[in-house]
Amino acid sequence: MMNAPVSHDIPLPLPAPAAFLKVLLVVSFIAHILFVNLMVGGTLLTLFYEWRGRANRKWDRVAFEIARTVTVNKSLAVVLGVAPLLLINVLYTVWFYSSNALTGTAWIMIIPLVIAAFLLTYLHQYSWERLRDHKAIHLSIVAGAAALFLMVPLIFLVNINLMLFPERWLEVHGFFSALALPNVFPRYFHFLLASIAVTAIFLVGWASRKGCGLHVLVEDQGGLLRKEFYSICLVASAAQFLIGPVVLMTLPSQGLSFGLLISISCGVALAIPALLLIWKEIQRPETFSKGRYASIVLLLFGTVLFMASGRHLYRETALRPHQEAMRIKTEQYQAAVESAKKAKPSFAALDAGASAGRGKKLFQTCSACHALDHRVVGPPLFEIARIYAGNPSGIVAWAKAPGKKRPDFPQMPAMSPMFSDSDLLEIANYILDSANRGAL
Amino acid sequence: MDFPVFHLDFLGNRLLIALIAILHTVINHPLAVGGLPLIALMEWWGHRKDDPRWDRTAKKILFVFFIITTSFGALTGVGIWLSTSLVNPTAIGSLIRVFFWAWFTEWIVFVTEVCLILAYYLTWDRWSGILKGRHIRFGFLLAGASWATMAIIVAILSFMMDTGNWLTDRSLLSAVLNPVYLPQLSFRTPLAMVMAGAAALFILAFESRKNPLRDEAVKLVCRWMLAWSPFLAAGSYWYWRVIPKSMVANMSTALTTQAFTAWYDLVLFILLWSIAFLVAFAGLGAWKPKWVWRPAMIIPFFVLAALLADFERAREFIRKPYAIANYLYANGFRKDDYPLLQSEGILKYATFASIHSVTPENRVLAGREVFVLACTRCHTVGGVNSIVSKLKTMYGACPWNEDAISSYLASIHQARSFMPPFPGNEAERKALASYLVSLQTRGDFIQGAQTIGINPGLTQ
Ligand code: HEC
Ligand code: HEC
Repeated sequence: MMNAPVSHDIPLPLPAPAAFLKVLLVVSFIAHILFVNLMVGGTLLTLFYEWRGRANRKWDRVAFEIARTVTVNKSLAVVLGVAPLLLINVLYTVWFYSSNALTGTAWIMIIPLVIAAFLLTYLHQYSWERLRDHKAIHLSIVAGAAALFLMVPLIFLVNINLMLFPERWLEVHGFFSALALPNVFPRYFHFLLASIAVTAIFLVGWASRKGCGLHVLVEDQGGLLRKEFYSICLVASAAQFLIGPVVLMTLPSQGLSFGLLISISCGVALAIPALLLIWKEIQRPETFSKGRYASIVLLLFGTVLFMASGRHLYRETALRPHQEAMRIKTEQYQAAVESAKKAKPSFAALDAGASAGRGKKLFQTCSACHALDHRVVGPPLFEIARIYAGNPSGIVAWAKAPGKKRPDFPQMPAMSPMFSDSDLLEIANYILDSANRGAL
Repeated sequence: MDFPVFHLDFLGNRLLIALIAILHTVINHPLAVGGLPLIALMEWWGHRKDDPRWDRTAKKILFVFFIITTSFGALTGVGIWLSTSLVNPTAIGSLIRVFFWAWFTEWIVFVTEVCLILAYYLTWDRWSGILKGRHIRFGFLLAGASWATMAIIVAILSFMMDTGNWLTDRSLLSAVLNPVYLPQLSFRTPLAMVMAGAAALFILAFESRKNPLRDEAVKLVCRWMLAWSPFLAAGSYWYWRVIPKSMVANMSTALTTQAFTAWYDLVLFILLWSIAFLVAFAGLGAWKPKWVWRPAMIIPFFVLAALLADFERAREFIRKPYAIANYLYANGFRKDDYPLLQSEGILKYATFASIHSVTPENRVLAGREVFVLACTRCHTVGGVNSIVSKLKTMYGACPWNEDAISSYLASIHQARSFMPPFPGNEAERKALASYLVSLQTRGDFIQGAQTIGINPGLTQ
């Protein structure tokens, strides 16, 4: 807290009660992150199977079918991301935008990186036949897409992490130093493992549909492929038992709370039976049961729900003192704004004082560009007085619609919208007067 | 003021947003809003005439549109948002609070649109035969969703130009029903439709002459463009008419500055000629498609893209000096904050500034800080819209005068109405003037928070 900057909040009310928006945030975030998992994990598995497919066409077909799911899932990942982004903008405006600015280059690079990744994904999918005899090129395309897909979540993660720690902002000089905060990489690996696990379990279900291209491949050789998907999910999820504690330990303590620990424990408690069930499925690959699959998915979904809630609780705890400090500062500031507004002398008062000094006062606008005896932006008053001696209305006419006279001068803007004709006449008299007297 | 200041000292911040935004509209209007109904129409036409060649042509065009809209189109849309949240976080943060539910609805429509376009494209071959009718209806549904996303976002754009009654009653409804909304929507809708035709011609230009369907397709597309042209003319006239009205509403000054008048006439000129050209072109294509020279078929698209870009510029022009009309200036300061800031100074309240008051010793540095806060949303030091070159045009090569610049700053809004009034107090104005004078001999380069982080002088 000590050296954390405290901003003023935007003085407009939230569009709905904060608690409601927070529930929406957690729910929409889960929907988004699951599709991001499928996009990242799907691309990695496509790469993996296509690589294996160089020797055996079967794996190449598996890769092709997985790639087709990525085409859809990647678009859903992006559109589903809009809602949580909107909600995080509205709920944590000050912290989120600050961390965006601090990592600005990387933040805006998200756009070209994702576009490039999407185009590579399309190119990869739609050139499968044409590049059949050029596997090295075809593999490089999907490897490029995978590399981009690995980069983008890292940028989001760095932002979402940095916003939680305003006390560290002073140390940050660009994206890479924000990347170096201690808990970024554990969280990132946590996410990558989840992507693999989610994709693998999704593929088991996807392949069970009769119309799906993967179906035949999976039912082949006694469900060997299904066993493989289940195994991938098992290994990736089991690895979370190693990386999870590292994530927890590297989290700075300001966001820790019992609520968080309880939420995470519940998530773990659901993951254990899920893994046992998966293990059982691996034992009997040849039969697929919708019921058993559904219970695994349900348990894992519960884990995701608890983990995402825990993540939200951490954010709430970490930001609470900052929010309180901001609330107080904003109130004080708005009070000052209101009293300054009341104290401001109105233009009517200025008009009431109109008398001899009025021309001088109004001339201040012109004095930005005109001085008595030297060129500022426009010509000096001496020169103007020479041109318009005894002709104040000529000055008025010019000021209302200035022409373009002197080639080495910029264009003078029209003054008519601000001043009435009578005002301009007063200014004109003042100009001619001052030039005569030789003083402003 | 309340955010670390992101800054691009070469490209300029506004250009970053403009590039992304223009790319977005030039893609999204023709390829999604206008393109989808045109494709559905071609599919229906082919189905009615029982001619599979139409179906293939429609699918070919859809393939191009699909690839581009789901990559460039979707992502540049998000990009407008990301870039404004870097450049003017206060503006986008305020807009989101006012328009949250509009944006949220927009999101739901957007999700629907993406699901539909994926389904529409991916089921094209599978849903044939008796399912074809359903597929065609699907196409029109998708077109509706695509139009609806635009209709919602245009409300937000028009709100930025004219806040209407919102300033007094602060309700979402008055924000949406602002005076510029309908004219703008009735301009953009037919423009998107005509542009879609132009984009389809662009693709057909690469089709071989030997393909007998090519001429027929050109004919259909040109008729489509002709049918929408009167609406385009009417819509753009209406929109063109409300521009000065909203300028009166938003600006105290400069309605008749020559720059504006000249520009306003130019817009009409461009508008009339491009519409005339398009009608002539489409007329020829609809009447004698054989006579249309193939390479020329890509021209209408560029004409329309230029027209659209010009109107996007008009939108920006009208908005200035505000980011949200009468509420928030483009420099990120609220209008209501001005009385306080102009007496106590912007530095005092700037959370991320390294200097919080002007002293005789820190004048130039404090002035630099003021420049960062008050001017860098629109100016760079030496890049696009460079302040040094502006000052050079104004004051030439002879030594710049601090007092003259300072009094210019005091009436900067009067002198150039598109710039907001100077937000700080007198000491800051003078400090800024001495910083600007120092640029004549020393030069400078301002780095944004994205590279140098927050200045460690932070004390508040
Ligand atoms: C933004 C700078 C600016 C401001 C503010 C400004 N002027 Fe000027 N003025 C110029 C410039 C530049 C010229 C020279 C234009 C030219 O010759 O093309 C000029 C020229 C003139 C001339 C000479 C016309 C002639 O026939 O040669 C008059 C008179 C004049 N201004 C009056 C005024 C008055 C009165 C005001 C205030 C109400 C004013 N100006 C405000 C920039 C300004
Ligand atoms: C809303 C955006 C915006 C802001 C904020 C802004 N300017 Fe400008 N400024 C412009 C534009 C646009 C121009 C005109 C560029 C052109 O026509 O070439 C301009 C022109 C100028 C000129 C040349 C004026 C002339 O008559 O040729 C000066 C000097 C200038 N700005 C200084 C400043 C200073 C100092 C600040 C900060 C206090 C500032 N501006 C803030 C947009 C802005």
